[in-house]
Amino acid sequence: MMMKPKIATASLAGCFGCHMSFLDIDERILQLIELVDFDKSPIDDIKEFTGRCAIGLIEGGCANEDNVHVLQEFRKHCDILVSVGDCAITGDIPALRNNIPLKECLEEAYLNGPTVYNPEKIIPNDKELPLCLDRVYPCNEVVKMDYFLPGCPPSGDAIWQAVVALLNNKPLDLPYELIKYD
Amino acid sequence: MGITKRVVIEPVTRVEGHGKVSLLLDENNKVTQARFHVVEFRGFERFIQGRPYWEIPVLVQRLCGICPVSHHLAAAKAMDRIVGADKLTPAAEKIRRLMHYGQMFQSHALHFFHLCSPDLLFGFDADPKTRNIIGVAIKYPELAIQGVMMRKYGQEIIKATAGKKIHGTGAIPGGVNKNLSIAERDIFLKDINQMFDWAKSALNIAKDYTLKNLDKLKPFASFDSNHLSLVRSDGAMDLYHGNLRAITADGKKIFDQVDYSNYCDYLTEEVKSWSYMKFPFIKSLGPKDGWYRVGPLARVNTCDFIDTPLAEAARKEFKALTGGKPNNITMAYHWTRMIELLHSIEKINELLHDKDLQGTDLVVKGKRRNEAVGLIEAPRGTLFHHYKVDDNGLIVMANLIVSTTNNNEAFNRSVQKVAADHIDGVAKITEGLLNHIEVAIRAYDPCLSCATHAMGKMPLIVTLYDHNGNEIDRKIKE
Ligand code: SF4
Ligand code: NI
Repeated sequence: MMMKPKIATASLAGCFGCHMSFLDIDERILQLIELVDFDKSPIDDIKEFTGRCAIGLIEGGCANEDNVHVLQEFRKHCDILVSVGDCAITGDIPALRNNIPLKECLEEAYLNGPTVYNPEKIIPNDKELPLCLDRVYPCNEVVKMDYFLPGCPPSGDAIWQAVVALLNNKPLDLPYELIKYD
Repeated sequence: MGITKRVVIEPVTRVEGHGKVSLLLDENNKVTQARFHVVEFRGFERFIQGRPYWEIPVLVQRLCGICPVSHHLAAAKAMDRIVGADKLTPAAEKIRRLMHYGQMFQSHALHFFHLCSPDLLFGFDADPKTRNIIGVAIKYPELAIQGVMMRKYGQEIIKATAGKKIHGTGAIPGGVNKNLSIAERDIFLKDINQMFDWAKSALNIAKDYTLKNLDKLKPFASFDSNHLSLVRSDGAMDLYHGNLRAITADGKKIFDQVDYSNYCDYLTEEVKSWSYMKFPFIKSLGPKDGWYRVGPLARVNTCDFIDTPLAEAARKEFKALTGGKPNNITMAYHWTRMIELLHSIEKINELLHDKDLQGTDLVVKGKRRNEAVGLIEAPRGTLFHHYKVDDNGLIVMANLIVSTTNNNEAFNRSVQKVAADHIDGVAKITEGLLNHIEVAIRAYDPCLSCATHAMGKMPLIVTLYDHNGNEIDRKIKE
């Protein structure tokens, strides 16, 4: 039997909507698993790469050290890396925090909020919590990204057509209606 | 103290969003600490300040692409009050309800089939290579297709009412921006009987699974807890609107029919150093005893009845198991989630037959206010949105308690319980044993995307490298 190419996916600083949109390919998921095997992805339990992957789909930008680490791992293991959705491409809504002093944000969430109970004035800080980056970075500022699929999220159809084209070494020629900037 | 070993499950998979579990073990493999961490922050509460109020229902749903409709509607309900729309038109309220039951249907199907069925069908310690939806699709293609098509049906309802399957724009302050045409309605009516059949069979799978494995599931990750949800003024389950009710583990009311605008008087959230997610509790009971659970199990426990016949019959059957008392079995979340799946399709059916959906009076307005609270029962539990707006209509304060945050203490108790029962003292910790912990977390259907809206701590040192290994940025905490 021919080895199927592998595909891996990651959600960095995104809302998971791009992964949900991927699942909006609906019954085509049965066709997809004829074409590829899934490697590391939050939809399965493969937590470390098991081999070389043809395609890595990245949702979300980089907001903390873990995101950077995961993205670098994906670059190392995937032939083609795709920024899926506006968060991966520009940072998008999470990047709205980029212009705000962190101290203000901390105090808002953990000291000032109307339902906060915090007699000891604790701000979360533990070695199990990854360090945050000073701002949210688009993926292509951290590693080289090969393709960009815009939308918030790109539709299931757009993701489907892109993945099928890439698997068949075809140019990525999405019809106009599938390219949405929202 | 001897050497300490640290075991991490990272990332927790087949849940939505980013989470991690850490276990500390001593030299005899005794578990000394077990914690569930939410490891990401995004900062919505602060960075939406200064944005215009009408933008909020579309902006805040980017908290979460799994339950965007919940945030879209909770924010829209708050903005209704900001624009003084105290009562929506029947068309607007029913379009929103249809959108909400559509999301409930798709979300519960997604969770049960795509994320959890592998554990239930293959076993908690099955081979991780096939313990996923693809493994299910290969071994049980018919079941997988049912799950996929149910989710699709719910997503199509969302698209018809909100304009898009994910991050739609249908709800606006004071109403909605479109109704449902007859042609759109008829597409959904065509498939509804099929959806009823599949929802009933999904409920049976969850019920049979629970009953068949009851001895094993009863103690699994379980403990007594309080329960909280919205209920309608007559005590019925109502997922779109109602008043707050909280009950104890054996069913005594802690408070009832509380106007949710006053939620701050009843609930507060404790901050802990090791998680970005806060720990809510009921003020009158204090942090030690006041924590509670939300979501399908809590809702079936708190409500007096369900106002649709099939789901009500299923609820009665469920309650009979515990002699009418609240059920505190963590794995019973699955069964109750499927009761709600059936309830949602019954509600969708009711609504599709309602002529108000074709109404054309879609928006109302009244006297502007500067502060408002909007709550909804999201698929994963009670969701709180609270905003203050200045005279120019710009947000000056936002407080969000997302569904999953309400279950924070319960996650940690579940992790501790499984660690104590299954991992404590075991010589060799296998992947399958660790998956037991994830099975416990998955029972709640946590939405960690939602839960990461809070702001976190500045980095100590963070260095960014490019793909050639060159340092491109470095930040040091002052
Ligand atoms: S691009 Fe949109 S849908 Fe995708 S992760 Fe970002 S906010 Fe979510
Ligand atoms: Ni969510």
